[in-house]
Amino acid sequence: MSTTARPPRSASVNSVSAIRAEQLCRHYRMGETLIRAVDGVTLTVRAGEFVALLGSSGSGKSSVLNLIAGLDRPTSGSVIVHDRDLAKLSREELAKYRLHTVGMVFQSFNLIASMTLAENVELPMRFAEVDREKRDYLAREALERVGLQARMNHRPSELSGGEQQRAALARALINRPQLLLADEPTGNLDSHTGTEIMNMVREFNQQLGMTVAMVTHERALAERYAQRLIFLADGKLIGDESNPAVADKPEPVRAEGGQP
Amino acid sequence: MKLPDLTELALRNLRESVLRNSLTTIGISVGVASLVAMLSLGIGLQQLASRRLMKSGLFDTVVVTSRRDLRNFNREEERNGPAPGESRILDEPTRREIEHLPNVLEAYPDIRFITELRYEDKPHLTTVAALPPSARSNDAFETVQGQFFSSELAPEAILQKAFAEELLGKTPKAGVDETSVAELTAPLLGKELTMRYAQREAASTAPAQSGNEKSANDNSAAPADQSLAGAAYSVVSREQKLKIVGVADLDPESMRGPTRARVFLPLKLAESLHVMQPTDLREISRAASDQPVYSSVSVRVKSPGQIQTVEDAVKKMGFNAFSILDASKSIQQFFKVLDVFLGIFGSLALAVAFIGIVNTLVMAILERRREIGIMKAIGASDGDVKRLFFAEAGAMGILGGIVGVALGWAIGQVINLGTNIYLKSQSFPPEHFWSVPWWLVAFAVVFSFFVSLAAGLYPAGRAARLDPVQALRYE
Repeated sequence: MSTTARPPRSASVNSVSAIRAEQLCRHYRMGETLIRAVDGVTLTVRAGEFVALLGSSGSGKSSVLNLIAGLDRPTSGSVIVHDRDLAKLSREELAKYRLHTVGMVFQSFNLIASMTLAENVELPMRFAEVDREKRDYLAREALERVGLQARMNHRPSELSGGEQQRAALARALINRPQLLLADEPTGNLDSHTGTEIMNMVREFNQQLGMTVAMVTHERALAERYAQRLIFLADGKLIGDESNPAVADKPEPVRAEGGQP
Repeated sequence: MKLPDLTELALRNLRESVLRNSLTTIGISVGVASLVAMLSLGIGLQQLASRRLMKSGLFDTVVVTSRRDLRNFNREEERNGPAPGESRILDEPTRREIEHLPNVLEAYPDIRFITELRYEDKPHLTTVAALPPSARSNDAFETVQGQFFSSELAPEAILQKAFAEELLGKTPKAGVDETSVAELTAPLLGKELTMRYAQREAASTAPAQSGNEKSANDNSAAPADQSLAGAAYSVVSREQKLKIVGVADLDPESMRGPTRARVFLPLKLAESLHVMQPTDLREISRAASDQPVYSSVSVRVKSPGQIQTVEDAVKKMGFNAFSILDASKSIQQFFKVLDVFLGIFGSLALAVAFIGIVNTLVMAILERRREIGIMKAIGASDGDVKRLFFAEAGAMGILGGIVGVALGWAIGQVINLGTNIYLKSQSFPPEHFWSVPWWLVAFAVVFSFFVSLAAGLYPAGRAARLDPVQALRYE
């Protein structure tokens, strides 16, 4: 089922916190050594905000994203998304959370190779036990939104990287989540296609009011799209600054938003 | 996830690695086939044995004898019941009484005697028995070549196969050299046999004219009269011409009953001949009337299930009763045990298939590690992943089960055919000792399904526990 129908919000209505991490830690043990992938990160992301997590390889930015996504559990500390403490959810509840609250896109697209685009996009709805008819309709609608209606019955391997990432975006949006988490979404794309994808992400952020957290190591990309830049190194938060270039820009609000 | 979705995804995944999954499914099929083959062999053999017993026509027959008769089947009964000397005589009124018991179809006397038959002037000594008209519909006489008696009093005879061979001068070598019944029938049909027999005749009456006139004196009336035999009846040698109407493929050695003879006459004809029977000698002291006394009476029961009640009722009347029921019970027990053993051997192949399923699914987890990670990342629960693997295992199980049953059936047919070719070459009649009943088909498919689910238990659990972060990390 799709989550509660929410009126689209613009970035300017930001009083509610969507993500709140407090003293978030994720430690791995690799043989003798303890790896502190995330080491005491505290941050808050407001609802409808577009943040970028920046850092070099191994800085812990992806680990933070996985914790927010509910794919991983913190070793200590807490991560609260829309008033739900993820650390306290059962495995089953966490799966439900991922299904309804979070949409994810990855650097390597992560579409299932044996399925057509339509099937890939409707897969989350299968887990959500949505009726077939509604599923078909919504999958078609989502693919139209990303301009792939003509490619519905193609398999991912028959598509370009950009098309695959667009399909992945359609899949991420299908259950109408509140959170869009993107892990290096343009990492495997050329700059032109990357821009295309990023424009779509921004569109979702602005039109659908989705909170977006994007992991990237490209500062320029982050500065172009994110309202806020969060810097990580060695699992620690080393910087958190708003991006005036984006934050202060007037939002291109469309009529459907019902925004005054 | 809903069941139709689950099934659809499972089948799609199976199609994705067609070769591996087909091989695994074939493995299951072979396992199921061997199970089906073994069990159908067991069932087929059991049915073969049952058919053999059925041929004796005794599954619905109770044999009643007087307790005076020395042939007792059960010593304990002898002690419990009335003393042999006081027990009742098995005569015509008693026969009718038995016939009126509930669930009894008919009760007819077993008339059986040894006598000489002449065929083309050559004498043959053999056992002759009377057949009731109901024998026509009996399994045992369904295979008669030629025809059944035209009427109950017709001077006709049906021959047992071995006797027919004897008449034609063909000596069988102890079951090895079997000629077909049809081959024997052709030269014999319509030919004449002359039966010489000893007729029992009431002493004071003229034999030919008034057979039904009551004997003037019986034991009680003239106890101290003349010589015993003379007082009761005399024995006259007579001849009766018989037309051969059929040849039956019967086993003369099969248990007891009407088929235990080599020449058969219609019952009413046999009765009217008043043939001197061996038991008459024993009855000499009292059976002086021409009211016949029977050595035994065969009682046909409506269905095999009622054998026991009828047997008990007859025993209550003061007679000995015997049926094949007890014998067949132990035979069935033997076959149950045989089935279990064959089933265990058949299951061994399925056990190998079980390991094959586990292996295939574990391999599938390694191969689809990333896919499982993706599914979890987009919201699949542990249960979804687990059920998906279960569905795949189950689908392989059902497919394998269906193919396996077909395969097992085919194997059975081939072996049946092969064995019958061999039997034929050894001059044995063909036999059908392979049977795949419907319940076995259903059982095999269901069993295969559950075995496959069990095999999916470990892989499904492992797939469900897969850490999505780990699964997505590696390309």
